[in-house]
Amino acid sequence: MDFITDIMTYQFLQKALITSIAVGIICGIIGSFIILRGMALMGDAISHAVLPGVAISYMLGINYFYGAVTFGILTAIGIGVVSQNSRIKNDSSIGIVFTAFFSLGIILIAQAQTATDLTQILFGNVLSIRNSDMIMTLITSAIIIFAVTAFYKELLVSTFDETMAAAYGLPTKLIHYGIMVLLTLATVASLQTVGVVLVVAMLITPAATAYLLTNRFWIMLILSSFFGALSSVIGLYISFKHNLSSGAVIVLTATALFILVFIFSPKQGVLWRSLRSRKSRTAMEH
Amino acid sequence: MNGLVNANNLSVSYYGKEVVRNVSFSFKTGNLIGIIGPNGAGKSTLMKAVLGLVPRDSGRVEICGKPIKESQKNIAYVPQRSNIDWDFPILVRDTVLLGTYPKLGLFQKPRKSDKEWAYHCLEKVGMQNYSKTQIGELSGGQQQRVFLARALAQKASFFFLDEPFVGIDVASEKMIIDILQVLRDEGKTIFVVHHDLTKVKEYFDELILMNKELIESGPVQQVIRPELMTRAYKMDFHLLHKMGVEV
Repeated sequence: MDFITDIMTYQFLQKALITSIAVGIICGIIGSFIILRGMALMGDAISHAVLPGVAISYMLGINYFYGAVTFGILTAIGIGVVSQNSRIKNDSSIGIVFTAFFSLGIILIAQAQTATDLTQILFGNVLSIRNSDMIMTLITSAIIIFAVTAFYKELLVSTFDETMAAAYGLPTKLIHYGIMVLLTLATVASLQTVGVVLVVAMLITPAATAYLLTNRFWIMLILSSFFGALSSVIGLYISFKHNLSSGAVIVLTATALFILVFIFSPKQGVLWRSLRSRKSRTAMEH
Repeated sequence: MNGLVNANNLSVSYYGKEVVRNVSFSFKTGNLIGIIGPNGAGKSTLMKAVLGLVPRDSGRVEICGKPIKESQKNIAYVPQRSNIDWDFPILVRDTVLLGTYPKLGLFQKPRKSDKEWAYHCLEKVGMQNYSKTQIGELSGGQQQRVFLARALAQKASFFFLDEPFVGIDVASEKMIIDILQVLRDEGKTIFVVHHDLTKVKEYFDELILMNKELIESGPVQQVIRPELMTRAYKMDFHLLHKMGVEV
């Protein structure tokens, strides 16, 4: 109950809560696409590769969203160019491109000389979120939710069967880059809550948890957002109460939810699976 | 529909290696056409090149005198089963419903009539009892029938099936070929990538025999000739005979 009183009292806590719930929801949505398209590594890559964009934005004195989004898209294009024009496989080209951008970012951040240091970008600082950041996150969330709702049909068919989608004339490359843009937006929105290093967890863990629970894509999107948001709320509470790093606690909460589902999921859970196979073994013996 | 499906000098290469070389063919619409040849002959690639799914080095494909791009919404493509993620969270009925998407506008959701039509297509392949099953829980033959139902749901005039008979049971194979032959009788044009030579004569009206380049195309009898088959398969003719090719 103290937590609720604290939320009523402290504005910074309200902002932290609203922002991290929004981040949990959008990462859950985009993460579902990422894991079904087999692009988990891409999520990690883009979150790291936005760093030089953040640094340049500080230098120019503009909101870091603009620089980060620019570099996120550059990364997606760079990875596509390397893997499509050579025999280098996609995961290798991801490794080449994102580490280059990340290294560039480390150097530029040091040059930028701002109050925000590298640690804050790497690990997030949800309790120091400014009004402008919160509003940016909410706008981003609105854009992502709108885009996914409006183009649900196209996103579903191109994620499930890209060849069929291309055969009937959907611009599958454009859709791929569209998802990259949304992924970048979600990543940048997550920088303040969990930081560059842990964004990939917010993208993958809640989506993977949802994936174990349903056989329907739209339910997966909803469950995944729910787990993302729930992890944010519980994680924020624990980190505030025990004075722990909020990003890390949020991620560990998401992991805890995953483990619960991994063990107890009625269809995919390891517990029921082993019970079922033991039962069928006994049945065979008799 | 009266007309021709024409391909002129199609070539495709991956990283400088030619996998399809200068293939041309011409068929009347309303035929059931098999694309045959040994493993690695570029059959699937040819099909993808025809559909514009892989970049062509050269060549043109026309349907009834117009570039194939203009017929895209009138084409149903069934990919190889190995290209599908069978763990994807999607039910059988929603998979078939995807077949109604090409004719829906942007932002338009499937209507009740679309869902009924998808269910009807599921009935045609005898899979209506599985409509709420996740696709990965089906057998290979059932999966292939569901994807045929999806193609039927597209109400297309042209069908392209990539290796539909690989790894499926006899009953499903029979059902699929029966449906394809009915479609052909209704005037649809169907291309099938196929590598089992045994039933070629029963299944198809026309054949494309290839091994990177075209060996021969035309009516089945004209194509399954020992000298042509040996050229394509580059091996002892007796082996072909053992595989059941009667000549």
